[in-house]
Amino acid sequence: MAQQNGMVEKRSSGLWLTHLGMIVGVAFIFFPIWLAFVASTVDQQAIVRPPMPLLPGDKFFENYARALTSGVNAPVGIMLVNSMVMALGIALGKIAISLLSAFAIVYFRFPGRHLFFWLIFLTLMLPVEVRIVPTYEVIANFGMLNSYSGLILPLIASATATFLFRQFFMTVPDELAEAARVDGAKPMRFFFDILLPMSRTNIAALFVILFIYGWNQYLWPLLITTDPSMNTIVMGIKQMFPSGDDTADWPVIMATSILAMIPPVLVVIGMQRLFVRGLVESEK
Amino acid sequence: MEKRVTFKGMWLPLLLIAPQIVITAVFFFYPAGQAIWQSLFIPDPFGLSMKWVGLGNFEFLLKDSFYRASFVTTAIFSTLVTVVSMGVALYLAVLADRLIKGSGTYRTLLIWPYAVAPAVAGVLWLFMFNTRVGVVTWYLGLLGYDWNHVLNDSEAMGLVVVASAWGRISYNFLFFLAGLQAIPKSVIEAAAIDGARFWTRFRTIVFPLLSPTTFFLLVVNIIYAFFETFGVIHTITSGGPQQATTILVYKVYSDGFVGQDLGSSAAQSVILLLIVSILTVVQFKYIERRVHY
Repeated sequence: MAQQNGMVEKRSSGLWLTHLGMIVGVAFIFFPIWLAFVASTVDQQAIVRPPMPLLPGDKFFENYARALTSGVNAPVGIMLVNSMVMALGIALGKIAISLLSAFAIVYFRFPGRHLFFWLIFLTLMLPVEVRIVPTYEVIANFGMLNSYSGLILPLIASATATFLFRQFFMTVPDELAEAARVDGAKPMRFFFDILLPMSRTNIAALFVILFIYGWNQYLWPLLITTDPSMNTIVMGIKQMFPSGDDTADWPVIMATSILAMIPPVLVVIGMQRLFVRGLVESEK
Repeated sequence: MEKRVTFKGMWLPLLLIAPQIVITAVFFFYPAGQAIWQSLFIPDPFGLSMKWVGLGNFEFLLKDSFYRASFVTTAIFSTLVTVVSMGVALYLAVLADRLIKGSGTYRTLLIWPYAVAPAVAGVLWLFMFNTRVGVVTWYLGLLGYDWNHVLNDSEAMGLVVVASAWGRISYNFLFFLAGLQAIPKSVIEAAAIDGARFWTRFRTIVFPLLSPTTFFLLVVNIIYAFFETFGVIHTITSGGPQQATTILVYKVYSDGFVGQDLGSSAAQSVILLLIVSILTVVQFKYIERRVHY
């Protein structure tokens, strides 16, 4: 890295231009978020008489408290809990079932192994958006509308996570399994004592990606949660817009938008290195 | 590739794989089978019985001018989203790659939008371009431009494209930056010594060496634009004005859930299924090639 700029063109003006270009880019990317934040700290009057201010006002606590406790249809506090349950359910559920099935596929020889592998592989081709009507009917028949299991289960089977773990298990030295077998360890003992601790980084990286995937779901919660108290925050925002000509309650809507992005942003920023590695590697 | 050392037993592995297989069967294969089955019928007006129409739903769809228009809309939309988000991301990645100091800070700021849900991104952009209170709308008005994406087709398309591309820049940026950093510096230095200026180096060396990343991102971004942008469109335009921003996924939703036209919606699902399959096969063919190299 250090010699990168050494050989190629000595330039100090160029460097400044690069920084300038970068700052313009970052400002462009950040502007929508900044504006939403500003709107969440002023009162409705400041917004409905454009142009709205570009610096934060003094209604921060008022707007956020109003959003969290009363919202527009349902308190945003409840939606945050729903989103958290859904995102954690999807992330942890996917990781659990994928670990188990990858373990079975890699470390055992059993009838139907290849068939099962292909069945899992095929799900890559079936995003929920493609099969919404029939999947909705399945959930409705099971009586799982407006429930956490209805939000989580259809999104939980994941070929990508299974592949990632399969890939990783393949790189685990055979000697470890050999030694475990010689010591008379049961397969599950090997799984919990050796394989699982070794997979820690992969699990963490995958967790970030899956948490965001789960948190950011829109179409599925929109279909199956008709009860406002089961809405997730990401789909609940749209429900806050009045249907007719009434003016939207912009400060509360923008406060909700900011609240909706805080948990995933914290996860991404906090686990940035793991996340970047996991992303670039899992998608390879 | 197979493991040399395996454990004995038959019931244990079946038990281990059972949760995933059961969930896959109930929530993936059964609904997909249903979609294919339903696409061959039309329900009678009272919804009491189904009438077999064979490929009638498909025939009808392909003749339907709205559906064909939706295909064109999807093509335009996904091309624009892919080009815009990849273009901006490549520009930023090239800049970040030139910096030694501070690129970490920029990266932290730039990956932020990755965490923002498409539907939330839609609300943010809608707010800026709102016809009554939008800041950008107001400043455009000062310049004498009357922005109204509620009535104007191409403004609506422009807005959903920018909002969709915006959320995707982080992802593309991370991959381009990783790709750029993997290019051996010696190659670039050799060209620099031979007198190649920055732009020449980029065009003749960097960009060709980056092509595996670019190709991968191309496929992934098209899949994103096809399926994951539903939230953006639903929040900003709801497919309007008229049907100017009704992409295929939005049409499956609006015909199936809003219009209750199950046969047609199922047939549309099957067509989408074919499109995803083709894209996935392309993606895997490519990945396979890269693994072997």
